[in-house]
Amino acid sequence: MIDQKIVDPDYLLFEAPRTSEYITGSEAVREAIKRANVDMAIAYPITPQSESMHLVGDIYAQGYVKEYFRGENEFAVMSSVAGASMAGVRVFTATGGPGTMRAFEVFPTWAGARLPIVCAFMTRGVNSPLTIQPDTIEMAYLLETGILMLHAENSQDLHDMLLMAFMVAEKTDVHIPVGVFADGFFVTHTRDKVNMLPEDCKLPSYDPYSAPVPVMDMENVPVRQMRDPFVMKSNFISYAAHASWQQEIDAAAERSRKYLNHYLGGLIDVEHEDADIFIATSGTAVSQSREAIAIAREEGINVGLIKIKSIRPFPREEICALASRAKGIIVPEFNRVGWLAKEICNVIDEPRKVVRGPRVFGGMTMPPELILAEIRRIHQ
Amino acid sequence: MKTGMLKISPGFEDIMPPEYRELVDNGPYGKNYGIGDLGSYKELLEEHPLCAGCGLALSLRLTLASLPMPEDTVIVGSTGCSALAFPQVALHNIHSLFGNQNAVASGLKRALKLRFPDKEKDVVVIAGDGATADIGLDMVMQSWLRREKITTIMLDNEAYANTGGQESGMSMQGAVLNMAPTGKKFPKLSLPEIAQTCGCAYVAAASPAKPKQLAKVVRRAILVAREIGPTYVQLYSPCPTNYKFNPKETVSLIKQREKDGLYQSKEYISQEAKAFLESIEVKK
Repeated sequence: MIDQKIVDPDYLLFEAPRTSEYITGSEAVREAIKRANVDMAIAYPITPQSESMHLVGDIYAQGYVKEYFRGENEFAVMSSVAGASMAGVRVFTATGGPGTMRAFEVFPTWAGARLPIVCAFMTRGVNSPLTIQPDTIEMAYLLETGILMLHAENSQDLHDMLLMAFMVAEKTDVHIPVGVFADGFFVTHTRDKVNMLPEDCKLPSYDPYSAPVPVMDMENVPVRQMRDPFVMKSNFISYAAHASWQQEIDAAAERSRKYLNHYLGGLIDVEHEDADIFIATSGTAVSQSREAIAIAREEGINVGLIKIKSIRPFPREEICALASRAKGIIVPEFNRVGWLAKEICNVIDEPRKVVRGPRVFGGMTMPPELILAEIRRIHQ
Repeated sequence: MKTGMLKISPGFEDIMPPEYRELVDNGPYGKNYGIGDLGSYKELLEEHPLCAGCGLALSLRLTLASLPMPEDTVIVGSTGCSALAFPQVALHNIHSLFGNQNAVASGLKRALKLRFPDKEKDVVVIAGDGATADIGLDMVMQSWLRREKITTIMLDNEAYANTGGQESGMSMQGAVLNMAPTGKKFPKLSLPEIAQTCGCAYVAAASPAKPKQLAKVVRRAILVAREIGPTYVQLYSPCPTNYKFNPKETVSLIKQREKDGLYQSKEYISQEAKAFLESIEVKK
């Protein structure tokens, strides 16, 4: 193994000296995993994720990761990752688009089994028709799987969020998986300036016995232990046990807020807090919105930005507070269904204020003019 | 298992369930028991909800009694009748999803190797025929092709029994079952041969009608997996409920099938595994 010194996560993320490099999102994944003290990574190729995991394979060969292999399909990979996590190691994998769909049955079981797995999702359109182009529709499907969801705007976010994700996922009072989402191609295949951490530092190791559930290693009691036991008797105690287990996973997600607030500096970033019109969005739609906001502000329109970094848990209080003062909230998205607009409508008092768009999909880019047109419409 | 891990905190002895006290005082951990010792110690399988005469339950009981090192064995199961017995098994065991047992076991085994590089941890997959030969076949074969050091044991009751007796790939051709209303149209899958082709170092077919033979092949399979590579054991475990025979006739039915040439026990041992088994079996 490569010799690296274990440092405090806060030092690594907030204080360690950073050097700027011009790299792709896939390379940002490699650089994050290099410093994440990952025990095992399991890979399966799918565009636009493939390069990320083959670069993780390269750092395994160099000695930054202890174990690595290519699985046979995404359902199997997510299952192998679950097995490794239940045996008490820190694991990482990545997928996207159709790969996410192929693996889907496993995601709720990750949360249900309280596995602190970190998975990067490089989002992509799903069939049909076939496309490899960027689209965030898979996030709509993942919203209720019980996994935490962070959405990166750019490679810097992706790099930092991955490291934070391990720390949050592994807290005893959280201990559920974290998905870090980045828009395929826009982030994965685009070069960007990333402020990198020292290469000789890494996060502390995962302590398997900090888990709120037994580790499957025959080294801790109880030994008459199935993960996860069937709870399906037709009686009230059984129903109550199942219901409370599900509620506990929701509660674990709620308990993650304090850690995410600490690491992310809040679940949202706000620019021009006194604005009367807001663009609220996540991922690369944030970058496009910045362009539109700059033009609108030059025209004298007081428009602000709400960058949503955490989708699960959702920043309902934060958005409600801003929405109550705003004339309108525009929600640009890279998908057909407008899942983020629905989320915002669900939590604010006056959903009529929400403009559910503009939305582009099928791989289209989002011209700032589309967003600008909505800003001007509300302003008038 | 750490020495002394399984003990009762002082003062709690009298309120712990009797079956737990029995497990602590008289369980098989670290004792190197075999099926010859059945009846003299507390078994790993407590009460289970499987049907009277269930061949699978008998196979499972004998398999658990044959584990060479139960104190350091983790089992991965899958959906099906066997999964209903697993909450009652006094070993760490995993039920993840239907068919993904060998993928889970691959990650689990490698992770345990990372955490315990100097200690043996046996990972044994025990699942039904539906999980092994149908829905999970891809992952079963891929784990063999990757040469994962895990043992795969199929409890073959020739049907999807837990879902109500549907045809599986392991049902005999012509068998009339749910979803095969006019009889199964293709032959029983020859998984032992496939296992051999996929690189299993040890492959066996046995049944609970010959408990000593079952115990021997299970033990061999686990020891070879520990040292050399993937191994496969197929246990013919008839289902009285769905095949509508008298529950007390399970063992005699196996014997009849063997007489009729419709079931045969087999053993394939690779050269490397043979040399290894000779070296340890001579030592005994």
